[in-house]
Amino acid sequence: MDIIKAVSKKPFELGFLLFILIVLATLPLYAPEYAVVLLTSILMYIIITVSWTMFSGPTGYISLAPAAFFGIGVYTSALLALVLPLPVVIGIGGLAGFCLALLVGALTLRLRGIYFVMFTFGLVELLLHFILWWEVNISGTTGRVVPTVANATVYYILLIIFSLLMLTTYLLRNSKFGIALQSIGEFEEAAAHRGINVNVLKTIIFAISALFMGAAGAIMATRWTYIDPKIAFNPLISFMPVLMAIFGGIRYLYGPVIGAAFFAYVEEFLITRFPYHYMLIFGVIMLVAILYMPDGLVGLIQKLWKRTSGETDAVT
Amino acid sequence: MRLLEGQGVTKYFGGLAAVFEVDFHVDPGEVFGLIGPNGAGKTTLFNLISAALTPKSGAIKFKGKNITGLKPHQICRMGVARTFQTVKIFANMSVLDNVALGALFGASARLSSADAERQATALLEFVGLSTQKAAPAKDLTLANQKRLEVAGALATQPELLLLDEIMAGLNPAEVAQAMELVARIRDRGITIIMIEHVMKAIMSVCDRIMVLHHGQKIADGTPQEIANSKTVIKVYLGEKADAGS
Amino acid sequence: MIVTILDVVIAGLLMGGIYALIAMGLSLQYGVARVLNIAHGEFIMIGAFITWSLYTIVGINPLVSLAICGPIVFIIGFILYRTIFTRLRDASASPAAFEGSSMLACFGLLFIIQNVAILIWGADIKGYSYLAFPVNFAGTVFAANRLLTLVFALFIGSVFYLFLARTRLGKGIRAAAQDPAAAGLMGVNIKQVLALCFGFGALMAGFGGTLISMSYNIQPTMGLEYTVIAFIVIVLGGLGSIPGSFIGGLLLGLVGSIVTHIEPGLSLVAYYIIFMLLLLAKPTGILGK
Repeated sequence: MDIIKAVSKKPFELGFLLFILIVLATLPLYAPEYAVVLLTSILMYIIITVSWTMFSGPTGYISLAPAAFFGIGVYTSALLALVLPLPVVIGIGGLAGFCLALLVGALTLRLRGIYFVMFTFGLVELLLHFILWWEVNISGTTGRVVPTVANATVYYILLIIFSLLMLTTYLLRNSKFGIALQSIGEFEEAAAHRGINVNVLKTIIFAISALFMGAAGAIMATRWTYIDPKIAFNPLISFMPVLMAIFGGIRYLYGPVIGAAFFAYVEEFLITRFPYHYMLIFGVIMLVAILYMPDGLVGLIQKLWKRTSGETDAVT
Repeated sequence: MRLLEGQGVTKYFGGLAAVFEVDFHVDPGEVFGLIGPNGAGKTTLFNLISAALTPKSGAIKFKGKNITGLKPHQICRMGVARTFQTVKIFANMSVLDNVALGALFGASARLSSADAERQATALLEFVGLSTQKAAPAKDLTLANQKRLEVAGALATQPELLLLDEIMAGLNPAEVAQAMELVARIRDRGITIIMIEHVMKAIMSVCDRIMVLHHGQKIADGTPQEIANSKTVIKVYLGEKADAGS
Repeated sequence: MIVTILDVVIAGLLMGGIYALIAMGLSLQYGVARVLNIAHGEFIMIGAFITWSLYTIVGINPLVSLAICGPIVFIIGFILYRTIFTRLRDASASPAAFEGSSMLACFGLLFIIQNVAILIWGADIKGYSYLAFPVNFAGTVFAANRLLTLVFALFIGSVFYLFLARTRLGKGIRAAAQDPAAAGLMGVNIKQVLALCFGFGALMAGFGGTLISMSYNIQPTMGLEYTVIAFIVIVLGGLGSIPGSFIGGLLLGLVGSIVTHIEPGLSLVAYYIIFMLLLLAKPTGILGK
């Protein structure tokens, strides 16, 4: 099978990854509390960014909806966390993201990419308005409370989601669907003529990416304890993964991970000192990245590497 | 049974009839030529067959089954493959992956990755591109990119192959190679429809030819009949009729 | 009963006039300059805040501000296009690549402009009162400033339409919208025209912001909702059609007014339902090709 072949091809790389995973898994045992909390934030951003890249990276369909899927997960927690066990709530949060994305995908992915961008952009506002109206007029609550969960628990759950996500991404990239997604991004019409059901594939992968975002949202809700629609649906959560993925390098497996880790750390650092400047700075970095670093940090490094070693090959 | 049949196929772009009431048929094993001046509707007809576009009226049948209204990937899986006038390859993917894609998705049987790769390798040899297996497709010359596109289309195991001006932009040596490739594809039992402007190629390799002008069929028959047809000469071949090229 | 209907209709046209204006601006930017400006709402916000500042600090009449805000926002848009988007255009491998990268650049601009505004004006809601006295029109009562908004929106819209249809520059713009390369070959200075279009789009946003500030409260985060509405309007009117976005804006305003009359707070939801219906049945919109 392909996995075994892939594993036996790169034992060193796999060993390294396993080591990192063990370090991360045992972290709460020896690291101070704030490190766990910081890593939780970083993991959250990595999850959203890598999920976003799973679909938008190869296909080129820029989704501006991560905040919507994440927010749906957050709100699922807000509605259900007091009545259902946590793992179930997370599962439902993921499912909610999945279903919403299926709907959005079925509606917009059969049309030109611009409709997809516009529709996903407004999705956060739409959900915000709708849920706000519902809460005010129908359920009569202005905010909801979510039970607190131990920091270590939140961390572990995110670590599990992260591991599942990385596994999924890796398997996808190396399967025939990964090549198919890439071909859609290169030349969708030609891909359809090679027998690929482009609409179904795009929609399903989009939905899978939203599943992880929803699940992450459901668990992160426990960090905020008080949830109202404005808190749950925050446009910044749509911006950050795009920024992180582009900065890290959209076409590479680890690009988004590196970008997310970098920015999550920087955000934690800046948010306390310059609450409004940091968003400004990120906006500037986005511009700079678009203008001068189209292949991201990983791409830049790869280019330099290739120049020194003198090789060229196709994108892996 | 006719392999491909079209009855009254019509397509409008705005007020302009790109293809108007065209009837045609293609028999299994044929090499069928489609010629006509620029803008005659040839590529549009291909687009209608491969379902890149839907006809306003009329029907297209493949192996007796009505395929109007189906999606491109369905038609591909039924056994119709095509190349495009502006070469459509996946530039940043390797040459091998470009071909394997069709084998993985377009063939009617479910192939494993290993089998697909094997088929792709064999096809690359068939078109003469084995030495460039791992190169990114964008690094190939135009002539080689066209061959890559043909290999990619063949990977979907078609019974019918639509070739849209595969000789455009090629020098005489490359044209000869392309002609030879077409003959070898035909020898494999694949029916071919080809749009071409290179008259020498069309006349020598085709069993039958259809001529389109302003979206309408003005003639069809054997190469000899077409070359002698006064209507065709007046409209299309013009001064070329006795240029012999 | 008839009075209520008229009430709703005119209220709809009032809002629709603003929608039409900002949608025409976006249509110019996307239809011609090929930039999906998701920061469009931020330009509206800037227009609104400059007007507010001019009125509350210097005492300048908002209607006069139209003549100040417009050009300021126009210049900002023009410069942004000449620097950022022209560079992106030259570096892009294909029109599709440019559309993608320019949209992302606007994403960055969104956060830059919004946060600059917060730093300058603070994050709270602001407002001012100007010509807020009631006027009796067709049997119903409206605030004078809102009627003035409608008048100005229609006026600016018509002037702009004539500009596109009659003047030499306008024809150049329409040519560039159809085929930039061909227009370039015919002697149209494409880079200049595209930058002007982007600037004009920002100009419309600036005007819209000024007019909005006359009747509504403003805050630095107000832009997003208007951007979303502008998107829906240009889809409704037909991508690439400027008259379409004018009509679409008025229509959507009417819808919003009807919905607000029945169930306030659901107008955006209603707009999105229309969006979804369009995507299902006629993505090309009313006047789109």
